[in-house]
Amino acid sequence: MLELEIDGKPLQVAEGSTVIEAAHAAGITIPHFCYHKKLSIAANCRMCLVQVEKVSKPMPACATPVANGMKVFTHSELAAKAQRDVMEFLLINHPLDCPICDQGGECQLQDLAVGYGGTAARFQEEKRVVPNKNFGPLVSSDMTRCINCTRCVRFTQEIAGLMELGQAFRGDRAEIMTFVERTIDSEISGNIIDLCPVGALTSKPFRFAARTWELSRRKSVSPHDALGSNLVVQVLHNQVKRVLPLENEAINECWLSDKERFSYEGLNSQGDDGRLVKPMVKQGGAWKEVDWNVALDYAAHALRDVAKNQGADALGALVSPHATLEEMALAGKLLRGLGSDNIDFRLRQNDFSLDGQRNGTPWLGMKIADIGALDRVLVVGSFLRKDHPLIAQRLRQSAKKGAQISVLHAAADDLYIKLFAQAIAAPAQLPGLLAEVVKAVAQARNAPLGAEFEKVGAGGTASAVSTANMETARKIAASLVAGQNAGILLGNFAQQHPQAATLQRLAQQLAILLGAKYGFIGEAANSVGGHVARACPQQGGRNAARLVAEPRKAYLVLGAEPELDCADGAAALAALKQAASVIVLSPFKSAAALEYADCLLPVSPFTETSGTFVNTEGRVQSFYAAAQPLGETRPAWKVLRVLGNLLEQAGFDYETSEQVRDEVLGGKPEFVAGLDNAVKAGALDLSSSSSGIQRIAEVPIHFADPLARRAPSLQATQDAAAPTVRMNAALLAKLGIGDGQSVKVGAGGTALIAQLDAGVPDDCVRIAAAHASTVALGPLSGCLQVERA
Amino acid sequence: MAILQAINPTLTAGWHRPDARDLTRDTGWRLKDYEARDGYQALRRLFGDKLTQDQVIAEVKASALRGRGGAGFPTGLKWSFMPKNCSGDKYIVCNTDEGEPGTFKDRDLIRLDPHAVIEGMIIAGFAMGATRGYNYIHGEVFELYQRFEEAIEEARAAGYLGKNILGSGFDFDLFAHQGWGAYICGEETALLESIEGKKGQPRYKPPFPANVGLYGRPTTINNTESLASIPYILRRGGQAFLDLGKPNNGGTKLFSVSGHVNKPGNYEVPMGTPFAKLLEMCGGMRGGRKLKAVIPGGSSAPVLPGDVMMECTLDYDSIAQAGSMLGSGAVIVMDETVCMVKALERLSWFYYEESCGQCTPCREGTGWLYKVIHRIEHGRGRPEDLELLDDVAKKIMGRTICALGDAAALPVISFVKHFRSEFEYHVEHKKCLVPLDVQKAGSTFHTRLMAGATC
Amino acid sequence: MLSEATLQSIDREVAKYPADQSQSAVMAALRLAQAERGWLADETIAFVAKYLGMPEMAAYEVASFYNMYDRAPVGKHKITVCTNLPCALSGGVHAADYLKQKLGIDFNETTPDGRFTLKEGECMGACGDAPVMLVNSVHMRCFMTPEEIDRLLEECK
Ligand SMILES: Cc1cc2nc3c(=O)[nH]c(=O)nc-3n(C[C@H](O)[C@H](O)[C@H](O)COP(=O)(O)O)c2cc1C
Ligand code: SF4
Ligand code: FES
Repeated sequence: MLELEIDGKPLQVAEGSTVIEAAHAAGITIPHFCYHKKLSIAANCRMCLVQVEKVSKPMPACATPVANGMKVFTHSELAAKAQRDVMEFLLINHPLDCPICDQGGECQLQDLAVGYGGTAARFQEEKRVVPNKNFGPLVSSDMTRCINCTRCVRFTQEIAGLMELGQAFRGDRAEIMTFVERTIDSEISGNIIDLCPVGALTSKPFRFAARTWELSRRKSVSPHDALGSNLVVQVLHNQVKRVLPLENEAINECWLSDKERFSYEGLNSQGDDGRLVKPMVKQGGAWKEVDWNVALDYAAHALRDVAKNQGADALGALVSPHATLEEMALAGKLLRGLGSDNIDFRLRQNDFSLDGQRNGTPWLGMKIADIGALDRVLVVGSFLRKDHPLIAQRLRQSAKKGAQISVLHAAADDLYIKLFAQAIAAPAQLPGLLAEVVKAVAQARNAPLGAEFEKVGAGGTASAVSTANMETARKIAASLVAGQNAGILLGNFAQQHPQAATLQRLAQQLAILLGAKYGFIGEAANSVGGHVARACPQQGGRNAARLVAEPRKAYLVLGAEPELDCADGAAALAALKQAASVIVLSPFKSAAALEYADCLLPVSPFTETSGTFVNTEGRVQSFYAAAQPLGETRPAWKVLRVLGNLLEQAGFDYETSEQVRDEVLGGKPEFVAGLDNAVKAGALDLSSSSSGIQRIAEVPIHFADPLARRAPSLQATQDAAAPTVRMNAALLAKLGIGDGQSVKVGAGGTALIAQLDAGVPDDCVRIAAAHASTVALGPLSGCLQVERA
Repeated sequence: MAILQAINPTLTAGWHRPDARDLTRDTGWRLKDYEARDGYQALRRLFGDKLTQDQVIAEVKASALRGRGGAGFPTGLKWSFMPKNCSGDKYIVCNTDEGEPGTFKDRDLIRLDPHAVIEGMIIAGFAMGATRGYNYIHGEVFELYQRFEEAIEEARAAGYLGKNILGSGFDFDLFAHQGWGAYICGEETALLESIEGKKGQPRYKPPFPANVGLYGRPTTINNTESLASIPYILRRGGQAFLDLGKPNNGGTKLFSVSGHVNKPGNYEVPMGTPFAKLLEMCGGMRGGRKLKAVIPGGSSAPVLPGDVMMECTLDYDSIAQAGSMLGSGAVIVMDETVCMVKALERLSWFYYEESCGQCTPCREGTGWLYKVIHRIEHGRGRPEDLELLDDVAKKIMGRTICALGDAAALPVISFVKHFRSEFEYHVEHKKCLVPLDVQKAGSTFHTRLMAGATC
Repeated sequence: MLSEATLQSIDREVAKYPADQSQSAVMAALRLAQAERGWLADETIAFVAKYLGMPEMAAYEVASFYNMYDRAPVGKHKITVCTNLPCALSGGVHAADYLKQKLGIDFNETTPDGRFTLKEGECMGACGDAPVMLVNSVHMRCFMTPEEIDRLLEECK
């Protein structure tokens, strides 16, 4: 510990602290622009100049290390004058256009200028004008306002991992820009808006929507990926105008992914697939808007009739993994009240063989914040950067600090993480590849392995792992063995894999051998909550795959768009279409639902209801509504409660969503109980018998859920580009197709464009799912026919 | 060149050969000629006498060699800051970026005696346990960069570089890195950034390069002339070098004299030589005109009125006392044909043009200074401008990441201080105090053109 | 995009630096690319960045920071004249004026026949030899009298 004094206040700080850190810890503010606690130190704005005893020049507090016995003065004559002078320099070329600036009211320059500026402008020369840039659909630029603090540049380099922005030219001609007017394509680009201390970078979707002081602010929780980022939702006239991060070091730190930041646009969507604002019932093939009581009556009757006439097993429920804990719990209760256990929220999963084999609720296996402490990480089957942008960000930072991060996957996307090793193989080879790692670790640990592992390896028949990958697997094993604190993370792709159970058993085995932690990076906001709320079969009911493959007579669809959200969208669509009755609870209309449903009930998106998400580390995060429900929308938990009442089920007399939550969780714990990934040992399926062209399906970041799909700005990004058929040069040649040519895919001969991608393994095609143009292709995994068109 | 020989040259001893300045014909810089001039004897002595690292550093300390790059920091002391017994790479970097207006001595050093620099770097490498060296050579002398690379090849072929140098067990390799037009890269940390393949924006210090330098490793940066002085020190002893100059100011030094003298060029004189003597060596003032002002240490040093300068001796202490700096030893001589406002306008343009753009006071302030001086020079000055200039300059000073801020401010402050009446005249009469035809008469180019006017 | 010979030269530059520091060679690589292509188009910069495995924007920062890189086409002969104070004292500005007059162009302009581009330079570290000029960034010409300038223009036919 070091001792110092700031403005006469004695303090103790840790070795290596800077003066500004010491000051902030003591609640003393030092004005600054370029300094940011998550970024490297630039010391370029010079706003934080302070006086240090026995030093004649003012020192930048952000870059000056504390020395024992140091005396710092932040308000002395010397310091104040230095700060004032820097402010004058910052303002001479600044347009001073606060009245028309979106940053107005939350501008650090404006705030500080009020305190430090004040001298009549003595700069009478012509001001500098800097051309604006088109950074794409999310970030708006007004570069004349830029003060060259380089926070945005450092963000892209250090946090986002790819230097998309730079400071070109020199002197006062310096300009922040992208290379040749490219858009900024990072999935976490919106954070530069928060980082920009002036109005140079602002939110394009929010542009001129409101002045910040008019907005009311509500805390909330992101409904997208499994992190559960904390949000500030800003509302004007009952409409969400903007979403900002709420800092939570344990979860999202001070960041948000672009999806989390801009998806709110979908809340205000209109038109044919926009918000559903009135209950609707299909009568004689025609849709009619009806009153709630009519609609609820209809729904209750439909469910009761099917249960009575066809048996309860004819009922099924497909629940979105983005639904709240309360909604999931009540949906399950309702269905079970009718006598059916046919409910699932794991819509994109394929392998349910571990149901009934689990010790508890599958989860991350560690705290999110603990990821940063791992010194060895193996990520299996994950489009990590797009599926979990902020977890990727955490791993990026730990790699820089020396953690060895390795990847086993079917796609070689650049994670912008300094990887230790990466093995890419066709989906069917992934279990064999992981088994190689297990084998090598077992060898190093001198541990015996089961007989099924004998088939693995060079001499074996089951594993088609290539020599190069085998070598990489051994390298990864050596890295893991040498670590002190290893972790194995199974991504979305691993969870959606047809041999997901095998992958998990292997990961478990590996974790035991290494004394490591292992777990799942949940697919969606309530991937853990779904288990806790029992929104999946408990007594042998039909799981998500069977609910689709074995069509039911009536479906309750909660918040999902099964044609896009299920593992086999085409089959899901067929199942829904053949059903006698489909009751949809959703905030949105869609052409598909208008076709297959007979009752549409407008329910609240996350901003218009209270509820709870349990994030991937099992953390219980409840939130309140940030706005009134739009039109006749009602919170889904209330709708389900009334349905329960109408169906005369017991235990449906909740008055608040909290009561539902408390019933499910037994109160409001910080973390849910029963988190446990362990599964009973069982057979490994290490076969990799696949002939033909395997499909690798990612769920593109902005298509993953109904809300993001409806945010126009997100849909205008590079990440939302139409799916193509990506394959390597060998396959292109084999099929006699050229890059950019049209191909016919699948039994239905869907026409798509072929794209060369050297990162796709042999005999595989990578085609995104969750997109209207690829629904007809059917399952996310398995083999596909591909031919030239 | 009689005078030069009389003062016992250490750096320029081999320079006075026919064709020395003809790039295509001169061969005197080659290894065999250098060796004939006692070249690489210092290195051989070092290994032959089995000197330790500490002994080498002690010798350099004893020489009172002060850094020739501008700041005059004692070289031996700087070397002693390098961490000892640390594993991994350490680097020696030679600063041949020479962009300070008025300075052109390092150019002659690598042109006429590249092996002296190489030998100095090897010795420095040994003294600090470095594994590699880089010489950063500014882009404008690209032909000399190529020559330096050739010299490195010669040294490597002769076993002076590479593994197990002269059988000593010491490994050291050396490379040249080319600049491409940025004055700021002369600043040592900007130079390191530049070697790392980035734009040359200085780093904040601390940490100092001795701890976190090139590629994050301990690094020592020295000026070309500092390093070229090392072989002599090791060959003849630190004391011998010190004795050439005066206490606290060891050795001889190269002075680059430019401007209104009859024979501009590099002159090696002992530290402490009177300025008047140097002026005499340069053949006196061009056209016999009157000395008006001198910038004694490169354009960043405060200007001194001619009469003040005539009283100075050429060493760090004397010139500091007079209110300026010895700097890089670039002596810019100006006679009465110079308009001081125009002179300052050109210099302030330079600093505006060369500011790296990183830190606020320099990025914004250099432009402000230039714009105001430009206005004055073009007859649009205002009475309050002189206070403004002084004030803006002082707001830059001491507030920037690197010393370019001070370098931009000092000329402004000193020009306005010493030649205030010229600035006032400009503001009041909207024109130069020195008539335009007088100004033109100072330029040999102009007079020549007038004499044989072709267009 | 770049010739085999240029790529080999770049590889030689890369070899000067530690194994994981090929970005260090970017200045030389851009210089070599400029020499081959005449100037640095954005595609050329992107190519160099890719070749060295560095972000394109980082290469662009370098190409736009150092002022001897030409990011726009220049004439066959680019003449850069130092007009900084020490040179100006010995006629640097007048030499530039003379060139402007002879070529009929100003600084940063190219003659209509595409042969000459004129640039104003900063100190080239040769102030004792003023007036000083740089031809195509690499050849320094010293003591430039009117006659010498005439000769230079003649040579550059
Ligand atoms: C703006 C600026 C430009 C500089 N230019 C040079 C230069 O061209 N050559 C040089 O040797 N030192 C230059 N320096 C000084 C270097 O930073 C450094 O102090 C020097 O190279 C150290 O070498 P020395 O100790 O041998 O003098 C410059 C400093 C600044 C602030
Ligand atoms: S003082 Fe000027 S040159 Fe130095 S770091 Fe600051 S902006 Fe760059
Ligand atoms: S001032 Fe022209 S070369 Fe130095």
